[in-house]
Amino acid sequence: MEKFGYAESTKFDTYASRMMPRDEFFTSGHRSCQGCGEALAVRWACKAIGKNAIIAHATGCMEIVSSGMPQTAWMHPWIHVAFENTSAVASGIEAALRVLERKGKLKGPLPKVVAMGGDGGTSDIGLQSLSGALERNTNFTYICWDNEAYMNTGIQRSSATPFGAMTTTSPPGKRSIGQSTWKKDMVAIAVAHGIPYVATASPGYLFDLYFKVKKAVETPGPAYITILSTCPTGWRSATDLSVRLARLATETAVFPLFEVVDGKYRLTVEPPKIRPIRDYLKPQGRFRHLRDHEVEFIQKQTLARYKLLLDKCQAPFPEFAPVHLPEGT
Amino acid sequence: MMAHKKRVGMEVSIAVSHAVQLARAEAIAAYPITPQTHIVEHLSSLVANGDLEAEFVTVESEHSAMSACIGMSAAGVRTYTATSSQGLALMNEIVFITSAMRLPIVMTVANRALSGPLSIWNDHSDIMAARDIGWIQIFTENGQEAFDHSIMAFKIAEDHRVLLPTIVNLDGFILTHVVEAHEMMDQKTVDRFLPEFKPYHKLDPQKPVTMGAFAMPELFTECKMAHQMALTNSYGPILEVWQEWGKLTGRHYQPVETYRTEGAKVIIMMMGSLGQVAEVAVDAMRDQGIPVGLVKIRLWRPFPFADLRAALAGAEIVVVCDRALSLGGAAGPVLAEVRSAMYPLAVKPQILGYTVGLGGRDVQPEAFEELVRHAQAEVKQGPSQEYYIYGVRG
Repeated sequence: MEKFGYAESTKFDTYASRMMPRDEFFTSGHRSCQGCGEALAVRWACKAIGKNAIIAHATGCMEIVSSGMPQTAWMHPWIHVAFENTSAVASGIEAALRVLERKGKLKGPLPKVVAMGGDGGTSDIGLQSLSGALERNTNFTYICWDNEAYMNTGIQRSSATPFGAMTTTSPPGKRSIGQSTWKKDMVAIAVAHGIPYVATASPGYLFDLYFKVKKAVETPGPAYITILSTCPTGWRSATDLSVRLARLATETAVFPLFEVVDGKYRLTVEPPKIRPIRDYLKPQGRFRHLRDHEVEFIQKQTLARYKLLLDKCQAPFPEFAPVHLPEGT
Repeated sequence: MMAHKKRVGMEVSIAVSHAVQLARAEAIAAYPITPQTHIVEHLSSLVANGDLEAEFVTVESEHSAMSACIGMSAAGVRTYTATSSQGLALMNEIVFITSAMRLPIVMTVANRALSGPLSIWNDHSDIMAARDIGWIQIFTENGQEAFDHSIMAFKIAEDHRVLLPTIVNLDGFILTHVVEAHEMMDQKTVDRFLPEFKPYHKLDPQKPVTMGAFAMPELFTECKMAHQMALTNSYGPILEVWQEWGKLTGRHYQPVETYRTEGAKVIIMMMGSLGQVAEVAVDAMRDQGIPVGLVKIRLWRPFPFADLRAALAGAEIVVVCDRALSLGGAAGPVLAEVRSAMYPLAVKPQILGYTVGLGGRDVQPEAFEELVRHAQAEVKQGPSQEYYIYGVRG
């Protein structure tokens, strides 16, 4: 951990930009909405990924805002194919690089392979190809930009939409609370594949995000990160609150920041005191319709889940036995 | 230059996988589906034993197979896959993107019926559902052709004047699972014929590019036009490669193949392995003094309009045999194509369409004699139907 300066990173609650790389790989001029927390996360994730990398991106907000022909915001070699297949595209790139390396056709060190997609492209339509790539032990990092709905198509619900949230296909009404299901636990699904590195990150904690992405790309084998991507357009929140909301998500235990290394859970940002869930829900129009008892339910459920996470972090044994193949296999 | 006369008996699927080995494919992604399986099984073992220096990615679906192939080809390696039927249907979304991105992937399609009802047996409904995907599409008639075209396809696809993915069709079971005698090639000859893959552009951190950017309405039509021109213009390079192969092996291939068409008043047409069955029928009818000939389309895309018109010149009746249905439409896909190609001509034959051999239904030489008699009678009295389905019971 010290290798990455990681333990120190969580002591900061502001970041000192002079300590971070000045290289920009996700450049200005893209068309994301004002206050887009995702664009901020992409920019910092790309700094952590570094120059020697190839990125495959799913269809979605970040693809659409950044790659309108004949322009591009990406300084990395970057490929977009379709919505649900990014992990498969990344698998192909990774396999090709291995062949090129074996045949001595690669100039320079083996590039990192990174796949990126939104929450719909990850936990819904892209789940199969992601699972396949994780199971095949593909040497790549998958980053999910989780803005908790299909924002690009007009704020429809996904399996990552939080309970109670209003979207255009989970509207609250006489017979509906809004989103009626709890957010799908993609991190647990990733962990269940027995992969060496899984984490959550947030644009509210850029040091934490930076070091996690760096760690993920430097981990041999598959790595998975969900990054909460605050979305003023879809969350119906003020555009100057994106970073604040990202921090509130962690401070209220809605989106705890942790990592799972070889099956071992560790909280990376520990809020001194968990704030009431209202602090997080109130600035967001998507939760405006919730009544007191519904907020109370979400509060209880959130704390219960947070407790389970803390228990996992305390567990004396990892979630799975990491597979370390014998030499020469 | 016909130095490779030794013929080796092997299953056609094995011959195809040896062709891919000789072509030195560097990356393969495939998902098992009958009747493509023997090809990818054998390739797996070639890779496992180090006889083919390649990565074989055992993806979790055909959708991911084609997606992984895109990643492989975009990263700059020679890429191969094989599929069939439902697998090609599942890939459908991605195969359009493959050709639009101009990635020279080679794919074998072991032609099989599309469900439903589920049928693992041979017809052409899988490839006909993928007719407009913007790939070069070639049909083969026997094991030797499947072997030859599997090597030539790489050279065609990777030509910088072409840069288009290419499908080699061979009939499921009827070819894939049959043992035939093949004239094999040695590695040196193939290496001379097919040099190392030189990608036109690739994903490379030393020289970053963006691939798969989206197009607004002011650019989309131009992108499609460019694709259309690339596919149409691939005709020349395709012929060059086939001619070079002909000189090398003595096996010559044409976009439209003809058999005993001299003086033929009736011409039977089809694609794929039925051609050999029809040859037997044509011989028998010629022996009876019936002026019948045979025309087989090898190059389905880009469609060889001029070759077809030349091949059909002088015919009074053309009997087109389709191995697929255009449900609710006016014709089978090949019939529609042939009619549309012949329509602008001032003098044109009567063109009748028959759908035969769906879902593995066997077609014997006698069937073609029956079709010719039926077509002659129909023309005499005026065609009673838009097209006919041959051999339906009940």
